[in-house]
Amino acid sequence: MFGNMINKGRIKSPWVVHFDCGSCNGCDIEVLACLTPIYDIERFGIINVGNPKHADVLLVTGTVNQRNKHVLKNIYDQMPGPKAVIAIGACGCTGGVFREAYNVVGGVDKVIPVDVYVPGCPARPEAIIDGVVAALEKVKTLLGMTA
Amino acid sequence: MARTILPFGPQHPVLPEPLHLKLTIENETVVEALPTLGYVHRGLEKLCEIRDFNQMIQIVERVCGICSCLHALCYCEGVEQIMGVEVPRRAKYLRTIWGELHRMHSHLLWLGLFADAFGFESLFMQFWRIRERIMDIMEATCGNRVVVSVNVIGGVRRDLSPEQCQWIEEQLAISEKELKQLSDTILSDYTVKKRTVGVGVLTKEQAYQLGAAGPTLRGSGWAQDVRQTGYAAFGELGFEPIVEYGCDSYARSAVRFRETLQSIDLVRLAIARMPAGETAADVAGAMEDDTPKPVSAGERRDIMQAYNRDKRHRFVTAPPPNLDLPAGHVAAKVKGKPDGEAVTRVEQPRGELLYYIKGNGSKNMERVRIRTPTFANIPPLLAMLPGCELADVPVIVLSIDPCISCTER
Repeated sequence: MFGNMINKGRIKSPWVVHFDCGSCNGCDIEVLACLTPIYDIERFGIINVGNPKHADVLLVTGTVNQRNKHVLKNIYDQMPGPKAVIAIGACGCTGGVFREAYNVVGGVDKVIPVDVYVPGCPARPEAIIDGVVAALEKVKTLLGMTA
Repeated sequence: MARTILPFGPQHPVLPEPLHLKLTIENETVVEALPTLGYVHRGLEKLCEIRDFNQMIQIVERVCGICSCLHALCYCEGVEQIMGVEVPRRAKYLRTIWGELHRMHSHLLWLGLFADAFGFESLFMQFWRIRERIMDIMEATCGNRVVVSVNVIGGVRRDLSPEQCQWIEEQLAISEKELKQLSDTILSDYTVKKRTVGVGVLTKEQAYQLGAAGPTLRGSGWAQDVRQTGYAAFGELGFEPIVEYGCDSYARSAVRFRETLQSIDLVRLAIARMPAGETAADVAGAMEDDTPKPVSAGERRDIMQAYNRDKRHRFVTAPPPNLDLPAGHVAAKVKGKPDGEAVTRVEQPRGELLYYIKGNGSKNMERVRIRTPTFANIPPLLAMLPGCELADVPVIVLSIDPCISCTER
């Protein structure tokens, strides 16, 4: 019964951690814009935290490069399961305009498994919120809560 | 005294971007700071060998999402200089308008993040609320919120209709009113001043010797701004840089706050003086014949007074008049290939941005070198940090407005 309560809380109030993985800032400021009064994701119970150990959902913006792929893997490994990963923006999905640059590995899915892809350059705040909601469906499946 | 080495970043709640600082501390005092960069290096400059010179506009816009418009402006001015294109005057004014809107959104973003750095979260929310209005203007006029992508070689891609100009003025009037309400908090609040005055001191001599740029330089008493060189339409708008003499974080935030208000005035002046005509010249096309005149003191006063008398601007929250974006005349065909080299400078929100472009007569550029203001501001940052309290490190790091994706490209 106690486990059920925790699982309900996980779905109703997902905590997200944001990592800038070589983005141009365009998607990062849109992620931040989600927190501010116009979009205000806290009304859905979504809270942005600084510590990956507290988070359920990882938001990754930007391409992965040779240097930060270890940092990204590290952050992913620190998150407790069940967890979901959202790749934001054209760069996070595929590498975008940077995919042919010499230091770029490619999309986020080259390093860690990605559950939801949010396209756009940069992705709109509405699309990012929609992506988090879609990721929760994934978490529900992991928890065996699919109705 | 025992020394401790403390890592700051790369993933840190106060930094939107990965910057790593290795801080050596004694008790609570920072003795030494060593930066480690390279977490967002992508290698954009080398992409000029794969993408042709027109496609490079889209690449340089993504050097930094916050000031994308100004990167593209700097690059296009360089290519225009090489190819000998005269940009129509209306296009110059439109570039100025979008450039200043970008500066406003960047400064408002920074003011919010700065408030967040010293733990004033409601002020952060207030600045970002005002910023959304600027984002709406950009979306209504360009079709995208952040990467507006209006600059093309030879001019701009979009035009502004008179109704849109009117609507922009209304929105700016509301923003200005809201912004002035916050000036008491950010500039004279006791607790805010406690956290910013005398923190992160960069003396006038240090700022000069270490080559600081932008608001970091102007906050230390140097009246230097690339807009004084009169690129785009700034030569006709009677621009004067904003200077503060405090040499600390407070002075730098005051420079940015006052520049935001100044940008509103510059957009108003540019809208009022914008001539009719084409928005883009055919590359290797005709020259404009009318000779531009700089704004006189009397004309500036008349524009501002007429604006203040016009009560239509007050308390209007109408939607944008025309959501069908009016497309400007895009240069039908860019003829020829750039051959030669050019150095162009523009004033980014963070300071001087310099592009060196070299073409060799093929469709690819031979070299595109980008020098960004944060790169210039890192040595001053390392001079500010030693001697400060550990708790002041986020405030000082943010006071130069670091843009790591610009610096590392």
